[in-house]
Amino acid sequence: MKNRGKTVITIDMDKQKITVERVKTVAKLARLNLNDAEISQFSAQLSDILQYIEKLNQLDTAGIEPLAHCLPVSNCLRDDIIKPSLGTEKTLSNAPDSDGQFFIVPKILDESGNL
Amino acid sequence: MAELDYKIIVGLEIHVQLATRTKMFCGCELVFAGEPNSRVCPVCLGLPGALPVMNKQAVEFAILTASALNCKIAKFTKWDRKSYYYPDLPKNYQISQYDLPVGENGFIEIPLADGQSKKIRIRRVHLEEDAGKNLHSGAFSQVDLNRAGMPLMEIVTEPDMNNPQEVATLAMELQRIVRFLGVSQADMQKGHMRFEPNVNVVIKKDGGEFKTPITEIKNLNSFKALEKGTAFEAKRQLNEFLERGEVMKSGNKKTFGWDDERGVTVLQREKEEAHDYRYFPDPDLVPVTVDEKWLTDIQSGCRELPLAMQKRFITDYSLNDYDAGVLTADKDTAGFFDEAVKAGGEPKRICNFITQTGLKISGEKNCRVSQLGISPQRLAELAKLVAGGTVNATAAAAIFEKMMQDDSEPQKIAESLNLIQKSDEGELAKIVDEILAANQDAVNEVKSDGKKSKKAQGFLMGQVMQRTKGTANPQVVAKIMNERLK
Amino acid sequence: MQILKLTCKNLRDKIAAGEIKSINAVSAVFEQIEKNDAKIGAYISTFKEQSFAKAKEVDEKIAAQKPVGALAGVPIAIKDNMCSTFGATTCGSKILQNFHSPYDATAVEKLLAADAVIVGKTNLDEFAMGSSTENSGIKQTVNPLDYSRVPGGSSGGSAAAVAAEMCFAALGSDTGGSIRQPAGFCGIAGLKPTYGRVSRYGLVAYGSSLDQIGPLTKNVEDCALILNVIAGHDEKDSTSIDEKIAPVQDWLATVNTKPQNFKIAVVPELFKGADSEVVAAVKNAIEFYKKNGAEIIEISMPHFDYAIATYYLIATAEASSNLARYDGVHYGHRSKNANDYIEVYSKSRDEGFGPEVKRRIMLGTYALSSGYYDAYYLKALKARNLIRGDFTAAFAKADYIIMPTSPTTAFKIGEKTNDPLQMYLSDIYTIAVNLAGVPAISVPCGNDNNLPIGLQIIAPAFEEAKLLQIARLFEISRP
Repeated sequence: MKNRGKTVITIDMDKQKITVERVKTVAKLARLNLNDAEISQFSAQLSDILQYIEKLNQLDTAGIEPLAHCLPVSNCLRDDIIKPSLGTEKTLSNAPDSDGQFFIVPKILDESGNL
Repeated sequence: MAELDYKIIVGLEIHVQLATRTKMFCGCELVFAGEPNSRVCPVCLGLPGALPVMNKQAVEFAILTASALNCKIAKFTKWDRKSYYYPDLPKNYQISQYDLPVGENGFIEIPLADGQSKKIRIRRVHLEEDAGKNLHSGAFSQVDLNRAGMPLMEIVTEPDMNNPQEVATLAMELQRIVRFLGVSQADMQKGHMRFEPNVNVVIKKDGGEFKTPITEIKNLNSFKALEKGTAFEAKRQLNEFLERGEVMKSGNKKTFGWDDERGVTVLQREKEEAHDYRYFPDPDLVPVTVDEKWLTDIQSGCRELPLAMQKRFITDYSLNDYDAGVLTADKDTAGFFDEAVKAGGEPKRICNFITQTGLKISGEKNCRVSQLGISPQRLAELAKLVAGGTVNATAAAAIFEKMMQDDSEPQKIAESLNLIQKSDEGELAKIVDEILAANQDAVNEVKSDGKKSKKAQGFLMGQVMQRTKGTANPQVVAKIMNERLK
Repeated sequence: MQILKLTCKNLRDKIAAGEIKSINAVSAVFEQIEKNDAKIGAYISTFKEQSFAKAKEVDEKIAAQKPVGALAGVPIAIKDNMCSTFGATTCGSKILQNFHSPYDATAVEKLLAADAVIVGKTNLDEFAMGSSTENSGIKQTVNPLDYSRVPGGSSGGSAAAVAAEMCFAALGSDTGGSIRQPAGFCGIAGLKPTYGRVSRYGLVAYGSSLDQIGPLTKNVEDCALILNVIAGHDEKDSTSIDEKIAPVQDWLATVNTKPQNFKIAVVPELFKGADSEVVAAVKNAIEFYKKNGAEIIEISMPHFDYAIATYYLIATAEASSNLARYDGVHYGHRSKNANDYIEVYSKSRDEGFGPEVKRRIMLGTYALSSGYYDAYYLKALKARNLIRGDFTAAFAKADYIIMPTSPTTAFKIGEKTNDPLQMYLSDIYTIAVNLAGVPAISVPCGNDNNLPIGLQIIAPAFEEAKLLQIARLFEISRP
């Protein structure tokens, strides 16, 4: 895996590790509707945890390959053969809202889908 | 605008739906008009605990296409998750390839109007899964996941196109290539191919150079829309620049949707926050390593591309541009033609068999020309029979149809159907005389050498052919008739 | 005869021989559940009717002398993060409380194919995130040996169910110690196989590159028996081990073989952080092995100390993505207070997830977010390589590594809930094993104030046979 861009943020040891503002942004990214109490609690707890995690900075990882899979496996490929699908009824069986054909959600207004 | 010195810059992002039987990571069948949510399984529904497994055919199709686009094929590729929330994306991440695509740094050659061709650089070719579809009705939206997980190949070009015609030409050439390779049906109306141009304009004015903000255009469902949309967007940007001086700055790229009815691009609503896709390697999938043998096996499917083949048919076989284009529209037809010519068939005659008879029948049967039951070698033999005067063109069409069920030599089929051309002057003279005697009016028309003379001559020839069930040698009949009607 | 005292293997043998009827075993188990589980809280759901039906079917097969599977008629529990077409699959979360899977996990299919009787699904920390089962969104499970203490986690329900004789064995899952630690806290055996040994298909993902299903049992022999049933390559799981690399074995057939000429590595610096009674018990076990022919060597694992930091970045990053699918759109809880589709996401998730899950999603999202990826996630992947390197180096010198399973015995309920970091630090001995993907087992090795102490033995990848043998040796001949 290559590095993304040149800028590597080095972590500042002195400051609170994660600000309330950043926690709010991350909560938004994670689609969590946190209330103010949760935000402030998480800011403190995540700061503690991140503080601890900073010990990784003591590690010299220059020239070390990132390890995404701990065992050597590659090319697990499947032949292009049709397998039975669930069918509409089973597909929708756990849906919180459906009309028997589709999943129903409140109207989507933006075009943020990405393809 | 005529006096303004500017240049349009366009790069394309292209999504091609691959013609596999099943989805990218599960065994659900690919269907295009099935019952909503009928081709969905735990994997493409993103159920808890379900895991993806790669479709080998899709990987091979992507490698094949990337090879055909002259890309460097990665020996090691992997899968990454791209995170964003949208109701048609059940896992709320899309499995894609981020930093190690299947192929990189290739090019595609496109024909220009002046007969030259231009190389457009290909930045990358990678695989990913498609999302489902959101349909909007009233206060609600409906989600159909039949499309979710279909295999998509994304091709990204460098911004090497400088006018809307080049954009459309590239699209058509790419369509021909993927069809030629058999990796996609590439029907734009069905969404098999989706082109998203990234457009901006560089303007030279008052001694300075100005760049307009790059925008992306979506909803382009035909080559015409692609060309018109690109032209409209370039013009819109120029106007924005002239009226408000808008130039490129950092920030989100804006997306415009093409409104085909009104012929305009419309700014799409997007969420305010910046995209942060949080790509990271998908722990559920293992890397793909491509060794020399596998690569050679896959690439044996694409030694020559359609444009190169078309050029070769024109120079080597003296076909015209149109015929060569029809033959190279798909790889099967082109290959079949090429083999028949190599087996000794005269190129123009083989071409006529294929374009006038073969493609018509294969179209009706919804199969390939090579699947009609006639080998290229047998077709070459038939062509030789025509060239040697053993059968004529009319008879050849009948023999062609018979050959689809019968793999005997065309000569034998011609004999069994009694279609061997009659060239015996004595025998034919007798028939010609009878026809002339029975059609005195027409004979008079010919002799009068008036306006209807040619038509009457054709009528008489037709009568002879009818009488001989098409087996008379037309040259011999014409010679006799000319003598009689002098 | 007290059926409930039997091991899985004994019960299976007796059922197969017609000495005990499966239906009697099932009925003993349900009596025990009805008597004790209101207090212990091990089960989220039980399947009484279905269990009796299955037991009857097995008994009839045996009476008719038809062939039966390796677990014929044995009552087994599964952790409620494995998908099953019977009952709900809650994963200990409100967000999936009413989720009914249309498919069975591969491990569940294999249990059923072996004629096991699946009596119920056990409680866990929500999405397997925790070390005490206190994070369950469904209920509280207590340690059967001391109701004021935690059973460990996240497979706390499975461990408690086995320890309280409410089943004969259970499946758990282990991402950072979630089988071994509760096994240690409840005084039973718990095996985390090599990553990929057991298919993850149908195991609700927490940290996909770390998760592994394994057995919690009364003894080591039963671990071998259950592993025989659930192990093997699965074409539905790309990360499951290719049979060509590491074929499945008959672990039950070899578990009683006494290991010869073996070397055990110990890491003295790692004993510093553990309670003295724990250290003493583990040292006794090492002495036992020495007397039984082991050569003991001292080694150092310089990167071990970075395992918790590494783990909490990798596991939470993967979890933040794995749990994105719980959004109230296609299945699971949807908020009634959502006014638009964006709120369907954010409110359903807010209402459905408990605090620890939210905390980990937040941490993982942060670690992957733009600008922080290199400093956190990528750094963690590199650290993971170094940690695995420590294991590779250790196994070049020794056949096994021995250390405690946990630094303490079972702690009090509520003792660590307000300090997530302290809770994370209690996983110090188990976590590195998952990062390296190697197999490890916890077996009881002593007591402190009547609370069991777990001995952890670690072996190289794919060496479950050797691992089970040495654990079995301790189990049958310890002082």
